[in-house]
Amino acid sequence: MSIDILLLKNRIAKRIALEFEDRNIINLGIGLPTKVANFIPEGLEIYFQSENGMICMGEAPKEGYETFEIVDAGAQYSSVLPSGAFFDSATSFGMIRGGHIDACVLGALQVDQEGNLANWIIPGKMVPGMGGAMDLVTGAKKVIVSMLHTNKGKPKILKRCNLPLTAKAQVDLIVTEMAVIRVTDKGLVLEEVHEDVSIEEVVNATEADLIISDNVKVWKE
Amino acid sequence: MRKVVTKNEIKKYFFDGMSLMVGGFMGCGTPEGLVDLVLELGIKDITLIATDTATTERGVGRLIAAKRIKKLYASHIGLNPETGRQMHDGTIEVELVPQGSLAEKIRAGGFGLGGILTPTGIGTVVEEGKQIIEVDGVKFILEKPLKADVSLIRGSTTDFYGNVIYGGTSNNFNQVMATAGNIVIVETEKLVPAGSLNKESIHTQSIFVDYIIKGGGSNVY
Repeated sequence: MSIDILLLKNRIAKRIALEFEDRNIINLGIGLPTKVANFIPEGLEIYFQSENGMICMGEAPKEGYETFEIVDAGAQYSSVLPSGAFFDSATSFGMIRGGHIDACVLGALQVDQEGNLANWIIPGKMVPGMGGAMDLVTGAKKVIVSMLHTNKGKPKILKRCNLPLTAKAQVDLIVTEMAVIRVTDKGLVLEEVHEDVSIEEVVNATEADLIISDNVKVWKE
Repeated sequence: MRKVVTKNEIKKYFFDGMSLMVGGFMGCGTPEGLVDLVLELGIKDITLIATDTATTERGVGRLIAAKRIKKLYASHIGLNPETGRQMHDGTIEVELVPQGSLAEKIRAGGFGLGGILTPTGIGTVVEEGKQIIEVDGVKFILEKPLKADVSLIRGSTTDFYGNVIYGGTSNNFNQVMATAGNIVIVETEKLVPAGSLNKESIHTQSIFVDYIIKGGGSNVY
């Protein structure tokens, strides 16, 4: 990954971390979403749920302190905080489906103006499976999509997803390196534009219709 | 009944075309010694129920690599390229199930339920061919129960009667799968005398367990 892309991804992660409230319980997806944990604002107590069966997940253990019985949902060695607990998968997804998770953050192949999300399959090409994503998107109180705005210039925020959906009308917020976009009943509202780009650039990189309010915030880092 | 047995004594429960549930999440909490046994016995055309197919060298991924699986129920297969390859060849039939739904299907199987109603998958390909049931105006998918001829479970600490405790995140699917196999075999890391486990902390109660094998498999995660 080039340094530029890495910086952009960190920018997205940092912005998403501002969405949380004190004592929120959050589930982070693999990849970019995992980075969000590195940017939790000071003073906020945030707890992470890992769908393979742990709440109050700690940091990756130091070398020599790994145990093969504690891993995260990306199958990497992990740890648990003193406040934490372990549980089986049925309980874990009960937490998720039952609305006990304040927010989940996950990546997307496509997202559209009705809040539909596609992130689990490219038919004929890539069939990794949905894992826990469908349950998370259906059950979490708030669904935040974190992704680069386009796929090498090709828009990912569409009028209508054409890949098989992960869930229908569940996305609440889309954060990219260019903008913060909220999904509302009326459509996608452009709330913030990063200081490095113009509203016009965001519109050009987006296939979906954007509702642009008079007071689009400039997102300063 | 004496439950602690050798591998030799349980061979008779394995046969071509059988259905098998195997606990573990990306290999964490998979009874590797019992996977070894399935490989040694040379049985084939297995219907495998597992949340993922790990990697070609780890967990149930080894059964895929050895081409022993005919039908697979899983939520995620992306980290074992061999699963995708065999799926495209048509040598393995894959039914992808959302992870939370998979846990509940197994729980329903083990707990004597006719199925479960879940909102996960509504509006996606997951609902295709399934009954949709509306409850108080909300749509749910009827997910039917899953059972297996044999469940292979990995315990961290087990007493001679078959009360099991799972350490850390190694519980995952083990606890539900231990309820849903006609024969349930636990490979345990530690075997302890009856009475030495905290009775409030037991995850799988002895009533569910038929046989116990002292762990001899790889602990390497």
